[in-house]
Amino acid sequence: MLLELKNIVKKYYIGTENELEILKNVSLSVRKGEFVAIVGPSGSGKSTFMNMIGALDKPTSGEYFLNGNPVHKMDDDELSEIRNREIGFVFQNFNLIPRSSALKNVALPMLYAGISKSKRMARAKDLLGLVGMGERAGHQPNELSGGQKQRVAIARALANDPAILLADEPTGALDSKTGDMIMELFLKINREEGKTIVLITHSEKLASQSGRVVAVSDGKITNQ
Amino acid sequence: MLLENLGLALESLRANKMRAMLTMLGIIIGISSVIAILSIGNSLTNGLSSEVGSLGASTVYVSLTAKTSSGSTADVLSVPRINDQDLLSEDLINQFAETYSENVKAISLNQNVADGTAREGKRYANMSIVGVNTGYGMANEVELVKGRFINDKDVVGVKSVGVISDKAAKNLYGNEDPLLKEAKVYTQKGVRSYTIVGVYKSKETPGASSMANEKDSSTSVYIPLSTASQETGTKGYSSFAAIAADQKVSLLGEKIDKFFGANYRNEKWEIKTINMESELESIIKMLGMASMAVGVIAGISLVVGGVGVMNIMLVSVTERTREIGARKALGAKRSHIRAQFVIESVILSLAGGVIGITLGVAIASLFAMFAKQTLSLDIRQIAMCVAFSMAIGIFFGYYPANKASKLDPIEALRYE
Repeated sequence: MLLELKNIVKKYYIGTENELEILKNVSLSVRKGEFVAIVGPSGSGKSTFMNMIGALDKPTSGEYFLNGNPVHKMDDDELSEIRNREIGFVFQNFNLIPRSSALKNVALPMLYAGISKSKRMARAKDLLGLVGMGERAGHQPNELSGGQKQRVAIARALANDPAILLADEPTGALDSKTGDMIMELFLKINREEGKTIVLITHSEKLASQSGRVVAVSDGKITNQ
Repeated sequence: MLLENLGLALESLRANKMRAMLTMLGIIIGISSVIAILSIGNSLTNGLSSEVGSLGASTVYVSLTAKTSSGSTADVLSVPRINDQDLLSEDLINQFAETYSENVKAISLNQNVADGTAREGKRYANMSIVGVNTGYGMANEVELVKGRFINDKDVVGVKSVGVISDKAAKNLYGNEDPLLKEAKVYTQKGVRSYTIVGVYKSKETPGASSMANEKDSSTSVYIPLSTASQETGTKGYSSFAAIAADQKVSLLGEKIDKFFGANYRNEKWEIKTINMESELESIIKMLGMASMAVGVIAGISLVVGGVGVMNIMLVSVTERTREIGARKALGAKRSHIRAQFVIESVILSLAGGVIGITLGVAIASLFAMFAKQTLSLDIRQIAMCVAFSMAIGIFFGYYPANKASKLDPIEALRYE
């Protein structure tokens, strides 16, 4: 298994007595090359689950292995490293670094990985070509449209050849036509590059295009 | 990594030019005043040193002063007149010079005779006649252009010879050789005639050159001391100067105090020694204290500037919370984020420092121009200012940078 979450529990403590259990004993396994969609209404614990998969947060109890790495045992800097190497984030609102060109944005994860400048720039150029943004390498985020920004973000997510692409409502801020094009790109990357993709969405339409749908409701997985 | 961070910092400053400028203002003011004050202080000190040096740094000036009763300050109006019998006799001074011959290089004695005008046909030059001994030339660093200075033979022989200034020589003889010409000096007491044996270079007195009638300004004609005493009838001196051997000025001062304390006994008068070295030291000390006071004020403004940097860095961290969140999601470690913001803060304060140094140097050069001093810049002080402004950047940038590095990526990404 590429990604294995076992009996994940996440609690938040509000004051002394009250504790809020967001994730209640959740388990999920994803094989390499799968395209999994995680769906659920807001407040279902979907976002917390995504943060867990993305190694942004640690479970209160339970185990999480990502590409063989025990994420549940890691400290802050180790989590940074695993995010850098094994996870490619694609956000709803792109989160590109402002005042930094598309090329530099794509190269950023490689900078944190300590890859030399010439290698970074060469690979960033290739990746921009892959997502069809080769012509816009020198443009800054504020000079790009929403769809173009998301393409750059996808190229950036692929920078360190991560174990999974983790996309959080990637079409949420785009019109439906552009959204379809972005979804096409994900499918292409899954198909042609064999990249494992975990997509978080509340859109039934997007979820239906994936290989497997995982529904989250009230902190539990209701179907796999 | 460092280069990338430098680029990022510069981009972020370029994006907020006005804000960066205002933030740097405190540091600019602080650093520029430090540089200006230090440089002006240096220039003044150097100027004074060379001025005092030209007066003879190895010379001790000895003069008679009225004794003050029980240490109270002497009333200027009731200073008694010096009578001839109170004066230091030439014999006593010579005796001193012989007793401490290993400490004394030369004794300088002079006596003003009269003011007058030398005439040569239609030409003239204003002169004051001064009787001198051989040591005078040395103590006052008289620079000869032609011929020789008054020597011992002139003094012993009571000769009617004179050494005039180059200015007077030009006024009287134009381009002709003045040596061995007879200079006739018309005074109120009559006409004196001296054979010119030397010409000295007249010293530029600051400010005097701007006088309209420069040609008429009076210069000294030096004649043998014995010739002068014959004229004035006095054999005593109210002051003299001694040149120390081997530059040991304070040692000579002690010897003078000791010798004259024991051998010059007088009810109303006592001797007082001044040497330029100790005078200079006290002036430099005063200048140093003034510089330090301004330095403290400048230091306070630097701290205020530093707090300004910290403030703006905190604003910058808050503004860029989302960016920090994204960077962390992409794999930035705490150290990466911390370095990014510390470098930005260092760039900010360093830029302030560099602008401040430029401004300070400009102020100091303006001062030097108006005060007719040579500008003296100390590269070490400038390096220190650069280092100090960097230190401000690190010190006041660390807290905001550390705060940024500890942001929770989930919270940061959700920040609106």
